[in-house]
Amino acid sequence: MSNFADKILFLPERASTFAEKVDQLHYFVVGVTMVSSIAVGLAAIFMFFRYRRRVPNQHTEYVVPNLPTEFLFVSVPLVFFLLWFAIGFRDFVFYTTPPKDTYDVYVMGKQWMWKFAYPEGPNGVNVLHVPAGRPVRLLITSRDVLHSFYVPAFRIKMDALPGRYTQAWFEATKPGTYQVLCTEYCGLSHSKMLAEVVVLSPEDFEEWLKEQKRGRLAGRQDALADTSLVPPVARMAEQGQRLAGTQGCFKCHTMTGEPHIGPTFLGMYNREEKLEDGKTIRVDEAYITQSMMDPGAHIVSGYKNVMPTFQGKLQGAETAAIVEFIKSLRTPNVREGASQGPAYEPIQ
Amino acid sequence: MNPSSSTTAEGVLPAHDAHDAHHDHPSYLVDGTTIKSWLLTVDHKRIAIMYLVWILLFFLVGGIFAMAIRIEMLTPGPTIMDAMTYNRTFTLHGMVMIFLFMIPAIPAVFGNFVLPLMLGAKDVAFPKLNLASLYIYLAGAFLALWGMINGGLDTGWTFYTPYSTHTTTTVAPVLFGAFIIGFSSIATGLNFIVTIHTMRAPGITWFKLPLFAWALYATSCIQVLATPVIGLLMVIVTGEQLFHFGLFDPARGGDPVLFQHLFWFYSHPAVYIMVLPSFGVMSEVVATYSRKNIFGYRAIAYSSLGIAFVGFFVWGHHMFVSGQSTFDAGVFGVLTMLVGVFTAIKVFNWVGTVYKGAVDFKTPFAYFCGFLFFTVFGGMTGIAVATTSLDVHWHDTYFVVAHFHFIMVGATVMAFLASLHYWFPKMFGKTYHEGWGLVAAAFIILGFNATFIPQFLLGNYGMPRRYFEYPERYQALNVASTAGASLLAFGFLIIAIYLVYSLAYGRASGQNPWRSKGYEWLSASPPPTHNFVGPQPTYPEEPHFYVDPKKAEVPDVV
Repeated sequence: MSNFADKILFLPERASTFAEKVDQLHYFVVGVTMVSSIAVGLAAIFMFFRYRRRVPNQHTEYVVPNLPTEFLFVSVPLVFFLLWFAIGFRDFVFYTTPPKDTYDVYVMGKQWMWKFAYPEGPNGVNVLHVPAGRPVRLLITSRDVLHSFYVPAFRIKMDALPGRYTQAWFEATKPGTYQVLCTEYCGLSHSKMLAEVVVLSPEDFEEWLKEQKRGRLAGRQDALADTSLVPPVARMAEQGQRLAGTQGCFKCHTMTGEPHIGPTFLGMYNREEKLEDGKTIRVDEAYITQSMMDPGAHIVSGYKNVMPTFQGKLQGAETAAIVEFIKSLRTPNVREGASQGPAYEPIQ
Repeated sequence: MNPSSSTTAEGVLPAHDAHDAHHDHPSYLVDGTTIKSWLLTVDHKRIAIMYLVWILLFFLVGGIFAMAIRIEMLTPGPTIMDAMTYNRTFTLHGMVMIFLFMIPAIPAVFGNFVLPLMLGAKDVAFPKLNLASLYIYLAGAFLALWGMINGGLDTGWTFYTPYSTHTTTTVAPVLFGAFIIGFSSIATGLNFIVTIHTMRAPGITWFKLPLFAWALYATSCIQVLATPVIGLLMVIVTGEQLFHFGLFDPARGGDPVLFQHLFWFYSHPAVYIMVLPSFGVMSEVVATYSRKNIFGYRAIAYSSLGIAFVGFFVWGHHMFVSGQSTFDAGVFGVLTMLVGVFTAIKVFNWVGTVYKGAVDFKTPFAYFCGFLFFTVFGGMTGIAVATTSLDVHWHDTYFVVAHFHFIMVGATVMAFLASLHYWFPKMFGKTYHEGWGLVAAAFIILGFNATFIPQFLLGNYGMPRRYFEYPERYQALNVASTAGASLLAFGFLIIAIYLVYSLAYGRASGQNPWRSKGYEWLSASPPPTHNFVGPQPTYPEEPHFYVDPKKAEVPDVV
């Protein structure tokens, strides 16, 4: 029965405990809606024929509803609507109240990708690995505009707000790959802001987690080889490494952590650097880009202003590739450290 | 009643010679033929006609963009445009349809035209303000359209911050245009409220007011109370973009969700600004074509006020997944159910009006049938999306798109077309071709269902709204929807052709072709400039009183 209903209603597969609850009410609500629309329609059609006009100036009886009729008009819909509300709100409370022992994952929406961070594990882009049969709580925020994290198969959705964390939780019922969509309009590539939830059996999930934690840079390479993790960025990083070689970057910058004529690339990204003039600067995409184009703008303390400009020598995409390459050379601390977010106590 | 007078008015008119009236008191259409006599008129009927022309034009623009959207959705990838163009297209479609068509359509055109006639008044309370409303509306409309064409806006009609304050497209002129249009809306609402309060003819007590007037009264209350909120919001967003106020920007300590609260505080009641007049029109239409007094007149009148009142306390049902507290969601959810109950009361009473009536299945009545279905199904799916747990799945998917098109567009367009046909003889003194009218109505109603029922299913399936590209599994339903939209467009084309033809070549309709007992038919069709010739008419009976006076035990209350 419900299989047939799912087909005609085009419901996606059900893969969470919440989805079961939503769909049961869904059948009830949609069923009543269809029956009553059709009933009103049929009653109307019947009366159009039964009471069709026979003479142009026909007189009609003066009919007004009596009190029981009016009472019926009000009470029948009210009872149904309140019943829907009661069931729906019970399920909604279930959805907004995560259990205490959830597995937490940080989710950040940004134009136009989803970033996932496990408090004690790896980071990932556009692929979220979770165990089946265990409640997972998502702590959702946004870096720029509003986004909304939506998994049709789980029937869950929650807006991602800049400067704020919202939460959603689910318990996946079976292993599989489920689509994540963004449902809050967020600009040009809104419809390309897709991701996946990969639900693994608890054993596979532990295995995956171990795999992610193993090995530092080598492990990183393995992770990059795994197509589930950042494939386009990986290609850009490799391209950036080749470019850095041909442009002569390695004459002054090392990849090993040893300072040379210039600072090492390893762990450079996101580091606070002290400048000659005593100020500090965070090495982000903007600073790396600026240093390539206008190397003298901010000299890191202890280094000489000897780097030539690459303005005009590098295309935009090449600049981005080198930035991505430098970003990929993260120290273990940066890559595996706990996500920085406000402490969020589970609701008691 | 004298049988010979039955082809003209069926109410009580002060005695005068109808033949004379035509010569001494020309209809408003021919009373002055210079361009200036139209552009600077203070006659509510001419202002209504000018509104009609512009509103139809904007409807055409919005419709063309709707078709462009549907064609783009034929394939999962790019079909006829790129992503940025698409984002601007759906914004323009939404903006134009909502602010330039649906909100003003019925009140500004048909409300303006028939409200004074229904009240036995010579004009609205403030005729010059009425004309000013038209020009304010046009000024705002052109500023907004100019902004949308020069630079384009890609935020969607909801302008959610922080996207609307971050986007590089031109937000300011469009928002300022919407701000200006708001003044027009407020002025029209104010005008109607004062007109209904002060200009009712002797005999028209509050409970003898035609139900269309009741609906306009409720609508006007919402317009006057809610529009200032969105007006100021538009100013704040403009300031946010140009001067970085920081009210909605978390980087400056602002709250991005505050915008949504303010926005929906207006925009949810605005939904009732769009549908309440439709409900009013349908009350008139169903009574006229079934020749029946309104079943449950007071219930329908009060439920309009009830919707207007409760409509202010349900805005949070747009924000169940915005981080709002669970408790708030519950309160907004349960209050929304009340709107459903008020609407249900109306639906039952309309069907009750047909009971023991004498149905003449003319074009406006066909639209009434379509309207009944759209209201019941669209309204109940509204209750469904207000059901908190279900909304988590449906929010911002095509289910919501389908729902609001059913209730806002379905009901409003049904009522707009019903009004256009029902009052066409009143406005122009001509008849249209009934056969073509019914054919077009069939196309429109079928096309509408074929367009939006697949979208309900798309929503169930999980397709988010405002998607330029979509996963391939959603294609079949999108193709079905586009096919439906073509039927719909074809229906509109038929209407445009035969109505323009009727304007030029239609037969004279006579004063009251529907033999209606609505008050507005007591004046000539088309009416003379000051609506009634001679002393003001009196109204001893309730509107739509079709009881045989010889047999009736005439009730003295309604």
